[in-house]
Amino acid sequence: MIRPISTLTALLLPVAAAAQDRPVLTVYTYDSFVSDWGPGPQVETAFEAICGCDLVFVAAGDGAELLARLRLEGATTEADVVLGLDSNLTAAATATGLFADHGVTDVDFDMPVVWDDPMFLPYDWGYFAFVYDRTRVAEPPADFPALAASDLKIVIQDPRASTPGLGLLLWVKAAYPDRAAEIWQGLADNILTVTPGWSEAYGLFTEGEADMVLSYTTSPAYHLIAEGDDSKAAASFAEGHYLQVEVAGKIASSAESDLADRFMAFIVTPDFQSVIPETNWMYPAVTPPGGLPAGFETMIAPVQALLYPPGEAEDIRDEALAEWQAALSR
Amino acid sequence: MAGGPVAVTRHLPGLAVAALILALGLGTLAAVLWRGLAEGAGAALGPADLQAIRFTLWQAILSATLSAGLAIPVARAFARRRFPGRAALILLTGAPFILPVIVAVLGLLAVFGRGGLVNGALVWAGLPPVSIYGLQGVVLAHVFFNLPLAVRLILQGWGAIPAERFRLAESLGFGPAEVARHLERPMLRAVLPGVWVAIFVICLSSFAVALTLGGGPRATTVELAIYQAFRFDFDLGRAALLAGVQIALCLGAAALAAGVARPAGFGAGMDRPLPAPGGGVWLRLQDALAIGAAALFLLLPLALVALSGLPGLTQLGPAALAAAGRSLALALASTALCLALALPLADAAARSPFGRWFEAVGLIPLATSSLVLGTGLFLILRGQVAPAQAALPVTMLVNAVMALPFALRAVLPPLRDVQADYGRLAAALDLRGAARWRLLVLPRLRAPIGFSAGLAAALSAGDLGVITLFADGRSETLPLHLYRLMGAYRMEAAMGAALLLTALSLGLFWIFDRGGRHGAATR
Repeated sequence: MIRPISTLTALLLPVAAAAQDRPVLTVYTYDSFVSDWGPGPQVETAFEAICGCDLVFVAAGDGAELLARLRLEGATTEADVVLGLDSNLTAAATATGLFADHGVTDVDFDMPVVWDDPMFLPYDWGYFAFVYDRTRVAEPPADFPALAASDLKIVIQDPRASTPGLGLLLWVKAAYPDRAAEIWQGLADNILTVTPGWSEAYGLFTEGEADMVLSYTTSPAYHLIAEGDDSKAAASFAEGHYLQVEVAGKIASSAESDLADRFMAFIVTPDFQSVIPETNWMYPAVTPPGGLPAGFETMIAPVQALLYPPGEAEDIRDEALAEWQAALSR
Repeated sequence: MAGGPVAVTRHLPGLAVAALILALGLGTLAAVLWRGLAEGAGAALGPADLQAIRFTLWQAILSATLSAGLAIPVARAFARRRFPGRAALILLTGAPFILPVIVAVLGLLAVFGRGGLVNGALVWAGLPPVSIYGLQGVVLAHVFFNLPLAVRLILQGWGAIPAERFRLAESLGFGPAEVARHLERPMLRAVLPGVWVAIFVICLSSFAVALTLGGGPRATTVELAIYQAFRFDFDLGRAALLAGVQIALCLGAAALAAGVARPAGFGAGMDRPLPAPGGGVWLRLQDALAIGAAALFLLLPLALVALSGLPGLTQLGPAALAAAGRSLALALASTALCLALALPLADAAARSPFGRWFEAVGLIPLATSSLVLGTGLFLILRGQVAPAQAALPVTMLVNAVMALPFALRAVLPPLRDVQADYGRLAAALDLRGAARWRLLVLPRLRAPIGFSAGLAAALSAGDLGVITLFADGRSETLPLHLYRLMGAYRMEAAMGAALLLTALSLGLFWIFDRGGRHGAATR
């Protein structure tokens, strides 16, 4: 019985024999970062070309699951760097006491907000937005009340199980601090359903089940650039759009501290940043010298960026969730 | 009946399997609870959790009752009719049970969704459209998933009524009502409670289906509350408590079913084929209607999914094939392990005086929250092995244990019959151990074992298998490949991968199931 088992192992564990003597840098990230279509493979190649190391990505669900895993592991984590938390999670991540300052200074970020967190370094960002199909929705709503007054059906993600879902919760709360419950009550009959994650929601939208889906202002860029399809667009809302900033952090207890520092510095260089737009379909934190790929200039440019500072986002989300649940449970 | 030490050693393998299941189900829960308490969280349930428990119970009761109830006429029709394509139809109508959730949901939406066929027809006829989103959608989807399982298990019950009893009924001039009273109802009384409980427990731990079709936070299930406790609040104590509630509900339902179920006691037969089905036009029409309606309900969404997957097939690269190969290998290994676990457990359940306990333990995997199971395993194994290295054996073991309740459901009733019908003869002949298995049990159980193996293989191939905490992000299975395609906007390719996955799962199921029934039919 030895042969079948070893064949099986060979089939299932294709990458056991990495380079032995090179130091290994372990980076925890979310699953879609390491997929064949994500930034992971290109980032790995680019960094390994200059670091003399073996860059190993470990994928763990999404941003929130990433943080949960870190909390489970505590100080004994194998991670040297964690890449893929977002601005709504950094307060909780700071509280774990696992992260060190990134030490990357003098970066000229191309972001709509000032970023000076010494612990978490942004690598990309995007605005949440409702994406629609121009051929099906002629006149998209221009703000939340207009959406609530329309008979458009939207799909959103559950804030308890998904990062964009939580983003929408904070978007409404930031735009209408005192009227969020009322806005949600107005939206209740527009919400076709609530999905556990982004993929399910976007799938329902592309299959034509819903008129609009909560995604990003840059989602239409995928359809435009990769599929040559210009029918998808993001609706521009007058209240402004909530921002998602995706960040990386260095683990304080890392055994490869120097290597981790080099990777953190690498994150804001053109070699990393130029990969982002057409793999993660987000805006790079620092626009690479060649600019953004053709097509990105057609994306809507929100008039105002909304973003709670990390501590406030943490404090406000329970209240916002309660309002959301109460409004949609009627 | 041997008592004392002999009985204990005879059930040792069964006891070992039961211990393994308890360790996986309750041990992981305890590990999570322990850690939660260490983090200083006081484990308590809030009003929202109680609301979630109420909704979960209600939808699971509705889903299980409808699935089991609707399966009776369909299984009866399949049992008494012979027609060309019958075997293929039985196979295909079993497919929804092994579909990945999101694929099945998209298929259902193509029929019952806002822009689906049903609403298209309603609008065309000038009628108001109906909405699938809400409790009705959750139940509809659960029936879609579980009706096939119920049909197969009940059909197996029909097959277990010896043909001699039907012949006797015929010669006594029994009409359908008498056959129902003397043959069918006793059989259903033996089989149906187990089927109902299995489906009830599957629906208890529903997460993605309930959420996506439930239409919002009203449809919050216990599993979603566990998710919230874990990733939103990082309250491990509450997550463990909710997982405990799920298991308690499962055991409660099992106890209820054990109280209702009665062995049918038909006695042994000569394994002859069933007599030609009789009945008048009315009975034929009734059966045709049952089979036709079930086929339409189960196959139409499936066909639409397959159709939308065809264009995407060409977009699949070598990565998809490698992933398919990995899923196949994983499925075969999990299947072998599942049978190796299920048979000793079923044997202990059929022959031990504490049989009901073994049977109840066999249900626990269904009620186990996969999130708590994964987290608990991670906490237990961490420090012993690197998570990425443990990914393969853990996935294999978890898949095998997750399929075990179905294998047990399929194997246990016939095993009880073997014990009742041939137990004394075997004991008189001093047929024991391996010889008893080889000469008596395995030949009589070929069909249910084949069916179980098919289910285990298909479920394992179709399972996302991502206990995300163990995933290393590299050894990608086909379901993970599918979800990654979706996550990268590639919906068309994802539907192609879904078609490939469905074909793989169904193919695996077909080979094992057919292998089992082929052997059984040639005797």
